[in-house]
Amino acid sequence: MLLIPCPFCGKRDEHEFTYAREAHIARPTNGEQMSDAEWAQYLFMRKNPKGVHYERWMHAKGCRRYFNVARDTVTHEIYAVYEMGQPAPAIERENGR
Amino acid sequence: MKQHYSIFTLARNAVSYHENWTEAWRSPDPKPAYDVIIVGGGGHGLATAYYLAKEHGITNVAVIEKGWLGGGNTGRNTTIVRSNYLWDESAHLYEHSLKLWEGLSQDLNYNVMFSQRGLLSTAHTVHDMQALRRRVYAIQLNGIDSEILDREQVAAYCPILDCSPNARYPVFGASLQRRGGVARHDAVAWGYARGADARGIDIIQNCEVTGFKIENGKVVGVETTRGSIGARKVGVVVAGHCGVLAGMAGFRLPIESHPLQAMVSEPIKPVLNCVVMSGQVHVYVSQSDKGELVFGAGIDTYNSYSQYGSPPVVENMLNALTELFPIFGRLRFLRQWAGIVDTCPDASPIIGKTPIENLFFNCGWGTGGFKATPGSGHVFAHTIATGEPHKFAAPFALERFTTGYLIDEHGAAGVAH
Amino acid sequence: MSQVNRLPHGGRIDRSKPLRFVFDGRAYDGYQGDTLASALLANGIVLVGRSFKYHRPRGILSAGAEEPNALIQLGQGARSEPNIRATQIELYDGLIAESQNRWPSLTTDFGAVNSLFHRVFPSGFYYKTFMWPKSFWMKYEHFIRRMAGLGKCPTEPDPDRYDKLHAHADALIVGAGPAGLAAALAAGRAGARVILVDEQQEMGGSLLSDRHAAIDGKPGAQWVADALAELRSMPEVTLLPRTVAFAYYDHNLVSLMERVTDHLSPTSPEALSQPRQRLWRVRAKDVILATGAIERPMVYADNDRPGCMLASAAQTYVNRYGAAPGKRAVIMANNDSAYQVALDLVDAGVSVAAIVDVRESADGELAAAARARGIDILVNHAIVSVAGKLAVREVEVRRMAGDGKSVTSDGRTISCDMVLSSGGWQPSVHLFSQSRGKLTWNQDILAFVPDRLLPGQNNHSVGAARGVFSLSGCLVDGHAAGTAAATAAGYTQSAGNTPVANAQPAHGPMRALWLVSSTAPLGHKAKHFIDYQNDVTAADVALAHREGYRSVEHLKRYTTMGMATDQGKTSNVNALAMMADLRGISVPEVGTTTFRPPYTPVTIGAFSGIDKGDFLDPIRKTPLHSWHEQHGAPFETVGQWHRAWYYPKPGETMHDAVNREVKAVRTSVGIVDASTLGKIDIQGPDAAWFLNMVYTNAWTKLEPGRCRYGLMLGEDGMVMDDGVTSRITENHFHMTTTTGGAARVMAWLEDWLQCEWPDKKVYLTSVTEQWAVLGISGPMARKLLSEVAPDMALDDQSFPHLSFRDGVVAGVKCRVYRITFTGEATYEINMAPSYAMHVWRALMQAGEKYGITPYGTEAMHVLRAEKGFIIVGQETDGTTTPQDLGMDWIVSKQKPDFLGKRSLQRADTKRPDRKHLVGLLTEDPNEVLPEGAQIVAELKDKPPMEMVGHVTSSYYSPNCGRSIAMALVRNGRNRMGETLHLPYEGKVVKAKVTEPKFYDPEGARING
Repeated sequence: MLLIPCPFCGKRDEHEFTYAREAHIARPTNGEQMSDAEWAQYLFMRKNPKGVHYERWMHAKGCRRYFNVARDTVTHEIYAVYEMGQPAPAIERENGR
Repeated sequence: MKQHYSIFTLARNAVSYHENWTEAWRSPDPKPAYDVIIVGGGGHGLATAYYLAKEHGITNVAVIEKGWLGGGNTGRNTTIVRSNYLWDESAHLYEHSLKLWEGLSQDLNYNVMFSQRGLLSTAHTVHDMQALRRRVYAIQLNGIDSEILDREQVAAYCPILDCSPNARYPVFGASLQRRGGVARHDAVAWGYARGADARGIDIIQNCEVTGFKIENGKVVGVETTRGSIGARKVGVVVAGHCGVLAGMAGFRLPIESHPLQAMVSEPIKPVLNCVVMSGQVHVYVSQSDKGELVFGAGIDTYNSYSQYGSPPVVENMLNALTELFPIFGRLRFLRQWAGIVDTCPDASPIIGKTPIENLFFNCGWGTGGFKATPGSGHVFAHTIATGEPHKFAAPFALERFTTGYLIDEHGAAGVAH
Repeated sequence: MSQVNRLPHGGRIDRSKPLRFVFDGRAYDGYQGDTLASALLANGIVLVGRSFKYHRPRGILSAGAEEPNALIQLGQGARSEPNIRATQIELYDGLIAESQNRWPSLTTDFGAVNSLFHRVFPSGFYYKTFMWPKSFWMKYEHFIRRMAGLGKCPTEPDPDRYDKLHAHADALIVGAGPAGLAAALAAGRAGARVILVDEQQEMGGSLLSDRHAAIDGKPGAQWVADALAELRSMPEVTLLPRTVAFAYYDHNLVSLMERVTDHLSPTSPEALSQPRQRLWRVRAKDVILATGAIERPMVYADNDRPGCMLASAAQTYVNRYGAAPGKRAVIMANNDSAYQVALDLVDAGVSVAAIVDVRESADGELAAAARARGIDILVNHAIVSVAGKLAVREVEVRRMAGDGKSVTSDGRTISCDMVLSSGGWQPSVHLFSQSRGKLTWNQDILAFVPDRLLPGQNNHSVGAARGVFSLSGCLVDGHAAGTAAATAAGYTQSAGNTPVANAQPAHGPMRALWLVSSTAPLGHKAKHFIDYQNDVTAADVALAHREGYRSVEHLKRYTTMGMATDQGKTSNVNALAMMADLRGISVPEVGTTTFRPPYTPVTIGAFSGIDKGDFLDPIRKTPLHSWHEQHGAPFETVGQWHRAWYYPKPGETMHDAVNREVKAVRTSVGIVDASTLGKIDIQGPDAAWFLNMVYTNAWTKLEPGRCRYGLMLGEDGMVMDDGVTSRITENHFHMTTTTGGAARVMAWLEDWLQCEWPDKKVYLTSVTEQWAVLGISGPMARKLLSEVAPDMALDDQSFPHLSFRDGVVAGVKCRVYRITFTGEATYEINMAPSYAMHVWRALMQAGEKYGITPYGTEAMHVLRAEKGFIIVGQETDGTTTPQDLGMDWIVSKQKPDFLGKRSLQRADTKRPDRKHLVGLLTEDPNEVLPEGAQIVAELKDKPPMEMVGHVTSSYYSPNCGRSIAMALVRNGRNRMGETLHLPYEGKVVKAKVTEPKFYDPEGARING
């Protein structure tokens, strides 16, 4: 069970949070000009990486704030948490992980 | 020629202390090139190879597997087989599969222990019952067996299920698919592997794909940990890793990977003679031939490639199990594990062409891929062999995420499995 | 016969407290401190069970959690439990145990017929047969299932209760042997918060069975007692005996199961006053794994005869329990530890006929001591057969050939009643491996040991758990790890000195001999068991190899090796090593299977704790729930809510009651409890902008005091919720959602605001439970309201439809919304929940003269369906667009953007022939279609036939005097007047397609 460092409340068990999926997917403001295929990229296509995933969590049973987490999808190691609107930090992983 | 399996050969080999059995499949080194390479040696991939040979006469085929055959979700699921799907597209595909299941042991000459013991899907609210009726009526009109049981009939069919009206979510009724059931998961991989090998297909284990060879938008082979292998066509069937493979080929999929956990209890004498699934209380359970109760529920919420899983899911699952079956409370659970399921936004798979010519993907089966194994392999083999989707596969093309023609089985599936 | 094999003295049992117990219907005596296994052995009982497949007679192999054979059905009735290890059952007075998997009795088991046919039952035989005739598998399976399984499931629900607890620790120490105790002392003295757990009833681990160990100048047992006393005196240290750490999850979360009352008679007051077991979730900064090691049996011919035992287990029974497993032992070993066992046995008066050492020489200190005691030592020898079906009678030993792969003819038989073997020790790496640490092979001790940790986990294996078997090594390890854990957590007090052990005899090298040859080829005569419980033999491993099931996972799955209830604790390494030999590669190249939780099986019911029945999921009730209850209403489950469904009068059926309620609303006035509606308070200068984005229609021009219906789409363009939202003031809105969708909508809105539009000034508060809602509806509603709210102006001018007013109703400050879900003039009266009952009663009283009729959710559904109003989740299913519903009118063409807008333009979503919401009128007006009925345009004799849609809502409408239905039908709006077919349950009903409006289509009744 993950121990997630909420940037507003501190470390809490995963069951206090709601997972809110991939982060940094900006909603297109020009949807009307986009092709169906381009719109599908925004709507459905996901990175789903094996390794560092930049994702959103909401502290549902706490402050109810959304924030970003950089987490390894294999080891579940959490590299960084950062507030909404901040850019994704580059994560350099040690070799052999 | 393969040794035939039967009680007679078993008895004959007993005389020689079983010392004359031969390998179920060879372990060849990869050839420089094949007509078709199937990436992924799970049930779906092996079935695809088997049907390529059997139905289409294509035998210059390699199945390459990064680990051991059946080591992904084939060997990690709760083995439920059914075809009681709401939408026509799904019903056709899964019923196609169920029909193949019904003769599979004989076709493969490998007992996959397909046990059509009946599958009960319970409803716990008025709304649940409405959804259940909608599904059953649709299934019936698709020519598939399904029936509605009321509370008393449910209690009679599965007496150990708590049908008390005072339960937190009392059983209102259930749908029953008598042809549904369970099978022996590993045997499916092994049986297809043996059958494919007998038809000349190379099965290559411990060989991981590290990239695709693509020329002018067309796939011409794969790079692997055992060298470069050429191919006219490549079919990718890698549950739990399709996003990674798509990334290697340069496109994205509408897929997220999550752990799906399952557990078994200690083995006990027969006590549960059907499969029971509940979407509302959220658990599904059957009893294996060995006597273990085999159960599972929903996926872990977050993207993960860890085959371990999170404990709250375990707690909820065990809780749901004892809620439906109070007599199981004192039993003990023996083993818990997880597989990685690739989930699509509409809870339906993707089968067919990709942006790369001659590269085909079969993925996104989510929580329900095991039951589809024969059908998936069958329609995917057709798709690869002919270059055009099988009629049952056509609606499941990647294209649907652009047009919006989704096959949304979320509500209808009730519970993941 | 009373405790024939109880030693005259010694052991940690309390001989002043005799206990009586029953095994297979016969009473025996034991002592406080016994396990069931030690008590059975003390009574000379060696046959305790039957194996899974061949039903071979089996005895007790071990003295702990690794036991594969001695599985017992414990207790009776609702408290009966299958498959419990006799080695882990603490004896209590009145304990009742039964052997399993045998019929009619343990000594005469008809299932043992399998043993006769064993030749045709090798691993995987079932994959090769039972395929003909095709239809017979279910019959074969029926038989196979009955032969399989072990114990029996109770037939009644578990009457006991369970508990859950969450805890944090600086150091969680698993295992209270010398290493664990040393770690706990160090960390505890330094001031750290320590939880020390041990699966056994008594802490001390190996020191409890060791008669020679001394630490800090004290006998081992005394040191344990002193250490525990010191730990108990530390306020930050928690000692949990009888507690198994069974699972290790992400980020250092470990699950424990504490057996609180399992050692007590289950019906004793002491047991009944406590939870039976307690589930702990411990988040620890550091986890110290002092889990010890498990001895491996040697794989020799017929090594499963009752009386075959692990050498260390015999030592434990003798030293700790004062029970001799037999009178005369033959010991076989590939290492020196078994020599200490021989010495201890002899000291206790148990005869040791011979030590059969597979090594070429035995020259160590211990061997010398054994020789000095006159024990016959046969080096380079092996046991090649074990005679005695229900109990060991004698063994045959032979000198081995040079390579160890065969035996010579040089040998003899030795009579004995037990065969003790030691094939070396495998550290208990289960939890380390579950923490996703990587293992490495240590060739010196022929075992897997912990290597690399997964990032994000923090644990340290100490002592035998990492292959350090010497007592002083364990103490040094434990002390260092305890000190380090405390230091890392910031504690600076002294951890004290490292405990010092007395000198222990040195151990010489082991011999890797994974399979002890017999006189016949493998599999021909005798059986060499590897996995006892699942009856997997060395010949099965060879067969798996022969047939190509060579990867460790294939080996496991094909033979079922390691998949029994002991999870291969004594068998995995033996099987892997044998496969390595067959493949000509090293053991680590074969690899290990993944260690899965739980370490030992844990009770399913303990995971529920009290969260079952009504506590499975919270039940949400409205403030008027008790009134509904008193008036006989059954409740409908909607999400977690219980809503009044209908209010039957005496003698009324549901149909009668609903008809009466529906009619009352159309003719006079009805009252409904709508408190479950989701409500969200939305404030801020950008609130109107926000509503414009989340609803399909326009909101900026809505005046304060007015209400508007809104439809909410997902980004995929599909309808996700609906409701009426009112503008309270310029920057303040009150949104309502569906009952079931409230939480989802709240999360959805928060998501967009916080993540996509963080600059917008909009603030959301869920107020679902802050407002109770009573709806009065019908032609007399206005009159009724005027009587209880005399100060409110209710004429259409002052209080028009789709507006709200604040006022006093029945003396209570209320906010009244004039909106309708019935098509009648309706006032939804909102107030603080605590006043709801008062206002409801006042309305009931004042409305009596109008025949005011409470109506439930069913009547509400009929009323809205008569008007063609949709219910999200009923008319929609996540694949329905506003256009599908014929609600294009609510989708703004002017707004540049709103959620879901772009998706409505996709090729499939803009198709004109999608499924449309239509009305259906059955040919027979009394025929009420079932909701969910499928619709067919071209009827065929039998399925399959093409479906064009389904019935979403269907009721009998007393106001229309006939049945009505709504349906989603492909191209439905272009099928008006067409007759469609609805085949279900053996009949076909015909129905005509109409507009989905059945009553008052012009909306004339809205003003009463």
